[in-house]
Amino acid sequence: MTKQHRYLPTTEQDRKDMLETIGVSSIRELFSDIPESTRATKEKAIELEDALSELSLTKHMKELAAKNTTTETHAYFLGAGTYDHYSPSIVNHVLLRSEFMTAYTPYQPEASQGELQALFEFQTMMCELTGMDVANSSLYDGFTSLGEACNLATSVTKKQEVLYSKALHPQAKEVISTYAYGMEYAVKEIGLNGTATDLEALKNSISNETAAVIIQYPNFFGTIEDLKEIKSLLEASKGMLIVMANPLALALLESPGKLGADIVVGDTQPFGLPMSYGGPHCGYFAVKKKYMRKVPSRIVGQTVDKDGKRGFVMTLQTREQHIRREKATSNMSSNQALTALGSSVFLAAVGKVGLQEMAQQNINHAHYVKNELESKGVTVLSEANFFNEFVVKLDRPINEVSDVLLDNGIIGGYDVSSELNEENTMLLCVTEKRTREEMNKLVSILTGEGK
Amino acid sequence: MTTTYDDLLFEISKPGRIGYSLPESSIEKTDLTNLVSDHLIREEPAELPELSELQVMRHYTGLSNKNFGIETGFYPLGSCTMKYNPKINEDIARYPGFAQIHPLQPEKTAQGALEMMYRLEENLKEVTGMDAISLQPAAGAQGEWAGLLIFKAYHQANGEGDKRRKILVPDSAHGTNPASAIVAGYDVVEIKSNKEGRVGVEALKAAVGPDTAGLMLTNPNTLGLFEVDIVEIAQIVHEAGGLLYYDGANANAILGKSTPGEMGFDVVHLNLHKTFSTPHGGGGPGSGPIGVKDYLKDFMPAPRIKKEEDEYSLSYTHPQSIGRVKGYYGNFGVNVRAYSYIRSMGAEGLLQVSEDAVLHANYLKARLEPYYETPYKDHCKHEFVLSGIRQKKLGVRTLDIAKRLLDYGFYAPTVYFPLIVEECLMIEPTETEAKEQLDAFADALIDIAKDAEENPDTVTGAPYTKAVKRLDEVTAARKPIVVYQKN
Repeated sequence: MTKQHRYLPTTEQDRKDMLETIGVSSIRELFSDIPESTRATKEKAIELEDALSELSLTKHMKELAAKNTTTETHAYFLGAGTYDHYSPSIVNHVLLRSEFMTAYTPYQPEASQGELQALFEFQTMMCELTGMDVANSSLYDGFTSLGEACNLATSVTKKQEVLYSKALHPQAKEVISTYAYGMEYAVKEIGLNGTATDLEALKNSISNETAAVIIQYPNFFGTIEDLKEIKSLLEASKGMLIVMANPLALALLESPGKLGADIVVGDTQPFGLPMSYGGPHCGYFAVKKKYMRKVPSRIVGQTVDKDGKRGFVMTLQTREQHIRREKATSNMSSNQALTALGSSVFLAAVGKVGLQEMAQQNINHAHYVKNELESKGVTVLSEANFFNEFVVKLDRPINEVSDVLLDNGIIGGYDVSSELNEENTMLLCVTEKRTREEMNKLVSILTGEGK
Repeated sequence: MTTTYDDLLFEISKPGRIGYSLPESSIEKTDLTNLVSDHLIREEPAELPELSELQVMRHYTGLSNKNFGIETGFYPLGSCTMKYNPKINEDIARYPGFAQIHPLQPEKTAQGALEMMYRLEENLKEVTGMDAISLQPAAGAQGEWAGLLIFKAYHQANGEGDKRRKILVPDSAHGTNPASAIVAGYDVVEIKSNKEGRVGVEALKAAVGPDTAGLMLTNPNTLGLFEVDIVEIAQIVHEAGGLLYYDGANANAILGKSTPGEMGFDVVHLNLHKTFSTPHGGGGPGSGPIGVKDYLKDFMPAPRIKKEEDEYSLSYTHPQSIGRVKGYYGNFGVNVRAYSYIRSMGAEGLLQVSEDAVLHANYLKARLEPYYETPYKDHCKHEFVLSGIRQKKLGVRTLDIAKRLLDYGFYAPTVYFPLIVEECLMIEPTETEAKEQLDAFADALIDIAKDAEENPDTVTGAPYTKAVKRLDEVTAARKPIVVYQKN
């Protein structure tokens, strides 16, 4: 008999009473169907460290947490797909409401109206930003959303080759390669022209076999690609244009939908979600109307109850694995509903004007740092057409530079030497959170003044 | 109900209101028109809401009052393991040392994060009886997919990739199983369950062959029954040259009692958002780590965590790896919560979890057996199925019973799944519910069974007490409205 645990309400008396109702004499009897050879015994019991009280647990976890450098103490100029942005306090307060946090997928819509409506609003806002007609209610992250987009494109076009720009996030490339390994289609990389996609090379690679072209917007190096021109290259083919977009940039950049995208995916992490060492973030997935019934995972739709009152339900479920099994459009079941809710709260608070202001501050800050660096003799590889990230070429290995920055309370940019085939190159990110003082400090260290 | 709040964000929005404050920036403005061609500059701003902070807060509080979570009440959703989500784990996941760290910051500045992941992997190895763990998959379905890609890479490495193209899946399996097999590039062969609700050895023998890549199995299965022939099943599949995949959705039944490793499985996933108490968040985020036996280690997703002396790092060079399935290292924040849970329970605590979960399920089943058809008589594990066929004859469907339960202050069980049971109700009470709660739920279902006989309209008209009455799902699918439309 073990000591009563704070999470387990059942007492010894309860156990006796329940066993009696069941009509067995011991709990062991309920487990007698586990074959003896596979049963745990004293000799082969699982071994874990002893259970911790709440106080000991928090002490242990605080010790682990204390070994990590955080945004509380350091100025981050590191982006590359995950960003240190402002998140209004209310985002966390809403997420902590247990009616949202501790619910499951809304299988019984009448008892899950709150979440369903919030996700309907999320879908609406993602369509607004991307310029698309239909968005689902989230996927695991931006990269898996991109993988799902590739599966959709190859399935719809029945073509077997996906072209992607070398200016795509390196981890996105890895994830779509895994998707392609699964569904057995080909992926091919299109080279660079500076820090942008080589459009000439792209043009020459588009063929009858092209299922889709993937462009990141702004791209991995921060450069804003010309989607309109890229779309025009696809005109003669049946290939789809898949855009992976930073949704914050869409506050000021023309929506991919207007510029001809067939599928727009990405991650809403910049919208109020903590970086959390890479997850949980929130993938979004939006398409033009004609692909609505091919979309993976949950979609919320509006309907009425039997009194005619507006309500919301999960809809078009015949696309999904729990109904269609091997004929489903995807195997997705769990999504990122709670982080989608978090990003919705963020968008509701920051709103129409705030999102533009925030995006503008990112542009201002990043270009300020770029101009300062350039005026002090640092080589900037990016052209002017970037959002909040750009590439600099330094005079020594990036890990050495990062160490110096770290000693000065700064987390430096991402080493893109291998992505660009150009040594000593760093991708810097400057968000609205960076102060003039922090930016100047970065500049002075990178220009050798502040060592 | 406490609220009649029904507005959409877009309906309460008014131009000029804001709900945020950014610091005044003294940095000069860079005009986008100087950076890109005009056609790349947004012509019309996105129509996002304009609200004050209190309006936003009241909106979401209103919505939350129309939502049902575990802390609202009993949530007996079968195969979903809706147990208590400890609050302290929410605090911990929000420590800046876990929440405010960047996945690409230097490894030496994230030693605590890497150590937590390493420790969690060690714990999960112990719980599953496997030799190596990857925390990368974001949820169960992604774990399944990753696991099946490992099957694929393994068979290819043995020169049998072209030959072994079939995955066997029992007809009682979760829908994700066959769907994951398809996106891993496999064909699916369905195995019929036997009369006892289990995978029959004879049916399996007839199905395996040189084209078998593997078998996916949930154990206990979705009927809540332990696959008693598991040792022989593993032997049959292995002798045919296939591998065994363990869908860990139901692992809450076997903690400390047995392990998938002991049972003969080659790859397993766990749903940390089920068995290990992390909140489901209304559908996610989850976390679906996979474990493999030694001979499959080289095929696991990269990067993997390495410990040398007291230093932790990520190792990227694994040429036989199936590659990356998700960005970064999985749903790290979810994994922090799961690790905290395991440390709060210890081995003895986890054993108690499974014993109580199984006890509770059998108790509820015993109480309900006189009133509902119980298709499988054996003792169940952590969940069990009932069939509403008696009530159906009275004109009351399982869907009606589910809706009526909402009026009693409960969430409904999983319904119409598994597909092999007519009018199915699949009930999983979990270990964190008190006996009084189980009794109240049983009483409600007994009431409803009586009403089905005496006042069927009461049941078929439900629910009455929620924010909305029965919703029209058919029209929603036929004429989809999936974004807000201004009147």
